[in-house]
Amino acid sequence: MTDFARSSRWYGRRIGWFALQAGLLVVVGGLAYGAVVNASQNLARANIPTGFGFWNNTAGFDISQTLIDYSPSTSTFGRAFWVGLVNTLLVSGLGIVLATVIGFAIGLARLSRNWLMSRLASSYVELVRNVPLLLQILFWYNAVLKSLPELRGSVVLPGHALLNNRGLFLPRPQFGSDFIAVLAVTVAGIVATLILRQWARQRQIRTGARLPVFWPAVGMIVAVLLAVFAVAGFPLSFNLPEMGRFNVRGGIEILPEFAALLLALAIYTAAFIAEVVRAGVLAVPHGQTEAAQALGLRSSMALRLIIVPQAMRVIVPPLTSQYLNLIKNSSLAVAIGYPDLVQVFDGSVLNITGQAVQVVAITMAVYLVISLVTSLLMNIYGRATGVVER
Amino acid sequence: MSTVADASPLYLRRTPARTLPPPTRRAAPIDWVRRNLLSSPANIIATLVCLVFITWIVPPLVRFLLIDATWSGSDRTACLASATNPNPGACWAFVRAWLSFFIYGFYPVAERWRVDLFFIALAFGVVWLLWLSAPRRDIGAVYFFIVLPVVSSMLLRGFPPIGLASVSTTLWGGVLVTIVVATVGMVASLPFGILLALGRRSTMPMVKILSVTFIEFVRGVPLITVLFMASVMLPLFVPERFAPDKLVRAYIGVALFASAYMAEVVRGGLAAIPRGQYEAAQALGLGYWRMMALVILPQALRVTLPNIVNTFVGLFKDTSLVFIVGIFDFLRTIEAARGDQTWASPVTSLTGYVFAALFYFVFCYGMSRYARRIEARLRRRAAVKER
Repeated sequence: MTDFARSSRWYGRRIGWFALQAGLLVVVGGLAYGAVVNASQNLARANIPTGFGFWNNTAGFDISQTLIDYSPSTSTFGRAFWVGLVNTLLVSGLGIVLATVIGFAIGLARLSRNWLMSRLASSYVELVRNVPLLLQILFWYNAVLKSLPELRGSVVLPGHALLNNRGLFLPRPQFGSDFIAVLAVTVAGIVATLILRQWARQRQIRTGARLPVFWPAVGMIVAVLLAVFAVAGFPLSFNLPEMGRFNVRGGIEILPEFAALLLALAIYTAAFIAEVVRAGVLAVPHGQTEAAQALGLRSSMALRLIIVPQAMRVIVPPLTSQYLNLIKNSSLAVAIGYPDLVQVFDGSVLNITGQAVQVVAITMAVYLVISLVTSLLMNIYGRATGVVER
Repeated sequence: MSTVADASPLYLRRTPARTLPPPTRRAAPIDWVRRNLLSSPANIIATLVCLVFITWIVPPLVRFLLIDATWSGSDRTACLASATNPNPGACWAFVRAWLSFFIYGFYPVAERWRVDLFFIALAFGVVWLLWLSAPRRDIGAVYFFIVLPVVSSMLLRGFPPIGLASVSTTLWGGVLVTIVVATVGMVASLPFGILLALGRRSTMPMVKILSVTFIEFVRGVPLITVLFMASVMLPLFVPERFAPDKLVRAYIGVALFASAYMAEVVRGGLAAIPRGQYEAAQALGLGYWRMMALVILPQALRVTLPNIVNTFVGLFKDTSLVFIVGIFDFLRTIEAARGDQTWASPVTSLTGYVFAALFYFVFCYGMSRYARRIEARLRRRAAVKER
């Protein structure tokens, strides 16, 4: 280092720079060390084992909704973790689909030229956004679904579904052995559609002529599916729910906890998605619509080829963060007892084992992984769709 | 046309033109209806659908909330179906009977004036800070961020040396707890959020890594897990005799969570400040902290004030989650009162939830309207500056 650097104020600042960071490191490290020491002392005093050994111990508690095999007497805590995770993913996945549909509908309604419609849509957004989600979940669960008729007075819905305060019971489809052929044909149809789409796009780039893709796709997927289905002799039957004396037998049982959580999550998140959609559409300059008209595109084509692709580029990043919010908010399941990851793990497992540190850390890690993977994918998407300025 | 008497050109007018009445306004009601509701067949259909929807939803709602509602009574019989009211609406009598519980929880009746005083002191501070043309808002900030927390903690918890009997936090409840948790979140999140945002933009790698890790970690997990962490892990991490009480643990969880979100909002504000402002401040010889405190932050916070208020709206709604870790907040008092056998009726739960929703809506909608007004004001200023 030169004399100049050593004597200048810059050098003094450099020392401060290191000192500050070293100090910070010492403070944070000290706190962490203190926490670990205290935790091990406190745990030893309370006779709570450390480590993750509990993972393979028998759980011994029941879970009301299990999509994968689980039995309280033989399954382990690890198995309970997977059951909870699958339940979280189920309610989040369906919630995302439902919220997207409602959100796009409301967002577009807010942009409607019809005054009444845009007003109704914005009332929905304001009402739903300004009431806590937890309150909405409790409302759907306690005030709506729990006040449905009892088992005796079950409402019979069209298609032999039963609705009562224990849940919704739908017919369970049972697939015959030939059903695999139907599935295979469907997959083949989807693959063929994708190939056709790719080829049509390349041809358009080469020659400028547009090939119809939508109707051939309908033919290849739906029509062929129905044909094969008929030839195979309709290998599909339904196991209808039947009313017993104390419970409903057969069918698919949809728990009221699940339905309340799903409804509340979808309705709540849809209000935020509606705002995202509105902002995205408004972000496309009006000149783009005018330019499309000047080129002679019909308004439906202008919408599909000019407006939507540009709006989507603005919509997708905030939309993803709304999806993440929905996944994180699904943890409110714990308030009404839907067995999601947090309810199973931070609730039951924590109470039984008492191993708070490990249990809470595992749950947090799951959500962190989901968030980090999503933001990674978002960065890739952003790079792929970013405007290439010329 | 008048005849021309002198030599001036024909096209010159000789008499002043007749004053015409102002044109009829284009925005006559019928015109407005035609343009906004009936401009095309699709538009007419949309209008009809909306009208059907409104007539389907609004009259039953009004009937439930107002016309068929029960306003007074001493127990459930008032809210049950009767000959005079076969279809009972909302049971407001239930809300009236439990109202003081909803506001104060189990706070001793004789000491409730302290809670009222706290509400007034808080409202005073909030108005002082949020009313942009209030005098001496710097003193307001000192009041809100330093004086208010200390004084209200003494007031609410009690301070025997000056004759205020202590009141255990286990007795606190209802709106009091909701407001206290939200206030702690706001008061703590702003300074911590600013520090974290500065840390994230810092050139010091250690500071930056720690800030980014904290922010992304907290934003990546649900608030419930943060609250669980604060309520079950925190007591393990400190020596046994320092274990904080339940409410303080909830404060810590909410404050950590809100700080991370606030940090991102402040970062957005910092990013909106042009580089020239930093360079100008440095050229004046200001050091880092003085540059930030005197030049950058005042501008950044002003730009991002609407987002800060919106974060507070989210925080206010999120305070309802403390219910899950066993704190008696407003929503929890509703849940408790709902189960009261004296008031058990088919409409009790619904009434309780409607009342809770109204409470949250009034606060959150008020705050977001305020944020929007500030935003419009900032946009007008920006437009003026550009001219």
